[in-house]
Amino acid sequence: MSVGLEHFLILSAVLFAIGLYGVLAKRNAVVILMSIEIMLTAVNIAMVAFSRYSHIISGQVFVIFIMVVAAAEAAVGLALIIAIYRSRKTVDAEKFDLMKW
Amino acid sequence: MMGLDIAFWVLAVVSVGAALAVVLMRDIFRAALFLMLCFLTVAGIYITLSADFLAGAQVLIYVGAIGVLIIFAIMLTRESRRGSPSGRLRLPALFIGLLFLVTMVFVVVSTDWHVIAELPTEPTTTAIAQALFSGEDGFVLAFEIAAALLLAAIIGAIVLVREK
Repeated sequence: MSVGLEHFLILSAVLFAIGLYGVLAKRNAVVILMSIEIMLTAVNIAMVAFSRYSHIISGQVFVIFIMVVAAAEAAVGLALIIAIYRSRKTVDAEKFDLMKW
Repeated sequence: MMGLDIAFWVLAVVSVGAALAVVLMRDIFRAALFLMLCFLTVAGIYITLSADFLAGAQVLIYVGAIGVLIIFAIMLTRESRRGSPSGRLRLPALFIGLLFLVTMVFVVVSTDWHVIAELPTEPTTTAIAQALFSGEDGFVLAFEIAAALLLAAIIGAIVLVREK
């Protein structure tokens, strides 16, 4: 059976599920950010697969914008983690209760 | 097409294995290295989808910029041998992830996709540039907003980590 659109979409779903598990289950804030990057990459694979199997280039343009937003998100997210680490001496997401009422 | 199929299966297995290593590794630094391996194999998958420009951008932005940024963050927030333990939500997270996966696989398999099987032969860089900057239904405004977003993100990151 030759590789088709379904294979790429299922690969994308598998990567997204792994990232989802990482975001929900992990305690280290840096690992949570890494899992978010895996989820964004999974979405990009689906976009590029749709673009290739319909010969419409807009999917790849959207992937470029997702990459821009992912880069901005990684920069701000890691800056937040470092700022919290300075004041709290931990990056454990279950100990971040600054905004808890 | 046969070579592309073999390349897809190898890249898919390696990328899924690397992603699993990211969420299962106890050592955060090794998890970051596996994340970069995962990004590299995804660049290879873009090549099998004949998206040459995006494969280059993936290597530059994800493997280069974001990978180095994450390793820097790990070095700056090194917790004393804590590793990367799972939290209380481990089993619910596993359940939600599997539920999502089963739902998506079911939807993908049962949908009748209208696909064009033959490979696009032209390089994509010119086509992407035309789609971005062409006057009618282009993405010029979104492009400018992306520039403003990047500037805001840089300034925000500097303000957040600046020493008081």
